Amino acid sequence: MEKDTTQKLVEYFRAQIREDPDVASAVAAIRSLLEFLKRDQSETILGLRENMTKAIQRLEETDSSVAVSSGGELFLRFISLTSLEHPDLSQCKNVMIERGELFLKKISLSRGKVGKLCHTFIKDGAKILTHSSSRVVLKVLENAAADNKRFTVYVTESQPDSAGKLMAQKLHNLNIPVTVVLDAAVGYIMEKVDLVIVGAEGVVESGGVINKIGTYQMAVCSKAHNKPFYVVAESFKFVRLYPLNQQDVPDRFKYKADILKTVKDLNQEHPMIDYTPPSLITLLFTDLGVLTPSAVSDELIKLYL
Amino acid sequence: MMLISAAMTLVVGHELQSAEPKEEKQRLRKEKKQHKKNKKDDRGPPEKEKEKEKASVPAPSKPATQSPAHKAAPVPVNASASESPVAAEKPAKSKAELRAERRARQDSERASKQGKKEGGQQSTSSKPKATPNELQPVVKRLPDHVQVDDPVALKKLAKKLERQQKSGQGCSLNITGVKVPLRSDYGYKVSLFSHLHQYSRKNPPTQQISIPVTVIHPSIVRLGLQYSQGIIAGSNARSVALLHAFKQVIQDYSTPPNEELSRDLVNKLSPYISFLSQCRPLSASMGNAIKYIKKEISNIPSQCKEEEAKRILQECIDSYINEKIILASEAISKYAIEKISDGDVILVYGCSSLVNHILCEAFEKQRKFRVIVVDSRPRLEGREALRRLVKKGIRCTYVLISALSYILPEVSKVFLGAHALLANGYVMSRVGTSQIALVAKAYNVPVLVCCETYKFCERVQTDSFVSNELDDPDDLIVTRNGKTHLENWQTVKSLGLLNLVYDVTPPDFVDLVITDLGMIPCTSVPVVLRVKNVDQ
Repeated sequence: MEKDTTQKLVEYFRAQIREDPDVASAVAAIRSLLEFLKRDQSETILGLRENMTKAIQRLEETDSSVAVSSGGELFLRFISLTSLEHPDLSQCKNVMIERGELFLKKISLSRGKVGKLCHTFIKDGAKILTHSSSRVVLKVLENAAADNKRFTVYVTESQPDSAGKLMAQKLHNLNIPVTVVLDAAVGYIMEKVDLVIVGAEGVVESGGVINKIGTYQMAVCSKAHNKPFYVVAESFKFVRLYPLNQQDVPDRFKYKADILKTVKDLNQEHPMIDYTPPSLITLLFTDLGVLTPSAVSDELIKLYL
Repeated sequence: MMLISAAMTLVVGHELQSAEPKEEKQRLRKEKKQHKKNKKDDRGPPEKEKEKEKASVPAPSKPATQSPAHKAAPVPVNASASESPVAAEKPAKSKAELRAERRARQDSERASKQGKKEGGQQSTSSKPKATPNELQPVVKRLPDHVQVDDPVALKKLAKKLERQQKSGQGCSLNITGVKVPLRSDYGYKVSLFSHLHQYSRKNPPTQQISIPVTVIHPSIVRLGLQYSQGIIAGSNARSVALLHAFKQVIQDYSTPPNEELSRDLVNKLSPYISFLSQCRPLSASMGNAIKYIKKEISNIPSQCKEEEAKRILQECIDSYINEKIILASEAISKYAIEKISDGDVILVYGCSSLVNHILCEAFEKQRKFRVIVVDSRPRLEGREALRRLVKKGIRCTYVLISALSYILPEVSKVFLGAHALLANGYVMSRVGTSQIALVAKAYNVPVLVCCETYKFCERVQTDSFVSNELDDPDDLIVTRNGKTHLENWQTVKSLGLLNLVYDVTPPDFVDLVITDLGMIPCTSVPVVLRVKNVDQ
């Protein structure tokens, strides 16, 4: 019975992503969790929470990105962060569902907020370097282009999935001049660019970010050339991790979900993400505002404590 | 006693005094005072107070907080208790004139206060001295106990100690009894640190107290002696010992008639705290604990019976120790163990009770790691840490701090304890900690600081000079093969022995701070302080 419901959940999640490829995976996950909450049959609040936690775990197994994990946890906290003292369980559930809808509405708007904040930092004639394919960065560049700013973009190819080429295609559709460069050419191209903007899969407690492999390299290069390194991320990507170095990032985020299940010796696999420490990041653009890396911890304390 | 110290400070601080004529004036006044004292030795304190007044009038304006605080003391301690800063700014007026003026003002105000008592009037009538203070801008100065090379500040401190023992004994002014002793400095101090006290362990402050002790509770005397001799060391141990001693004091306390427990007990504690800070400067953790106790005492409702109030206070202290120290260390171990992975080589420095606890817990949870203990002279605290870890069965290596860059390439993590965490993110810890953090940064080894939240303090410091502690310089002398080279270091005029206790580490060298609230970056300390203030 339980397997059935979680199976339905995963299917719903996959359907969401298929229908709207532009939606953030965390938003899709939260939508599915809300559906799950509506259909849940438990008798007690504790049982409800347990089912929700299990559902989040199941979703993490499907899509091992950091955003799904952080989004799920924040969702759970948000809906239970209210007085659930009603004697009737269905009343409590209604309150939770209401909060869930509110949360979903807020985060659907977050990408737009980030875009509005960041595009003012792109000056006319700027040369921008970005990494792999990020929908938030795309939104930012879209807003900047709509503001009649002229700029050129360099995108790294971002192997092994060549996501950069996808990004280049999308930018081309927006009539923005774009060039695809090799991952190895980041150091070479750094002197030509004015600023670097990347997205994030997760923002950690120290103010650092977890993003597609190759981001750390780009950050180190930009620091060496004294170019500003900006990160754009929505607030539901804030996660309660504190990695000290690359090795400290948990394995369940580093590799894709199906590889974690099938492969025995993870040392032979290529990790999909890396960790960029806060000392290399200039500013973070979030829907909570423009933050310095040290302010991220402040916001996290507010969100989580 | 006061004269001896005053004379000594003159000798010590002579070359540091910049204004020559000011010096002259002070010396003349001192001579006059000595003269008068020799003649009127058998007179009571009222006369003494007048002389104190004379000496204090030309002194620069006192910190505004002192006079209102002493207004709270029993009413009969009147004219001398509060020095008017307004008078201090006009040294041209003769002292007799000023005294007469002040007395006339006080009498008239007291009369008007009697008349207006039903009206429930505030500030102007009840606190004549306080209003001129409030009107002046509050100048923030370094606290008196820090300015050792300033003879004026020392005199103020001595007077404050005398006053404290008097007000502690109630309204009687005729007791020329035991004073809270003013400990004298020992040996030549390096000029950069001449504003700090340097005491010798061979002259404990308790030598100057007569037996039986009337002013200071015996458990506090014992505690002070244990601090000054280094028997109790380490910030957690000192705070816990302090709280236990205060529990004993509260147990033995009885409210004098016509006094309220909530106000009188706080006043009783002040001379104890002064005594303890004379034995060894208070740590940030002790300061926070004292603030908490004073707050709890003043929150006791006045209708509460004495037994009930005492029970409440004992419970408060117990819960403070339990929550802030014992449970906090459990929480910190839980977070810290997540950061220890199998195969780690962990470096620790000195003996931090919290770090030792974390490593023992991690070992019990079957983590495979080995430890390198770094130690330094003259305290050699690392040996105690080594003893505890080896007893548990953990594989340890022991090095002195001079071998740090040699072993750091092997190390995967550094765990440090802290004495206090300052509001700008700097970590104050045992001397040598910032050196370890610096070299670890150079080798890209993550540095983790473990600190309970009760050690967070609102002070801001960017260097290790402005506020530190100087330990006994004789500790640096070592005897090997029967030969002690530095035996007569005091005779060599150009030689100074510096035994620093603490240093500050900038937040750029610290990767992570583990507190009972969770893992935070070093720059988030003011956020935690803000959250704590909101809670309170």
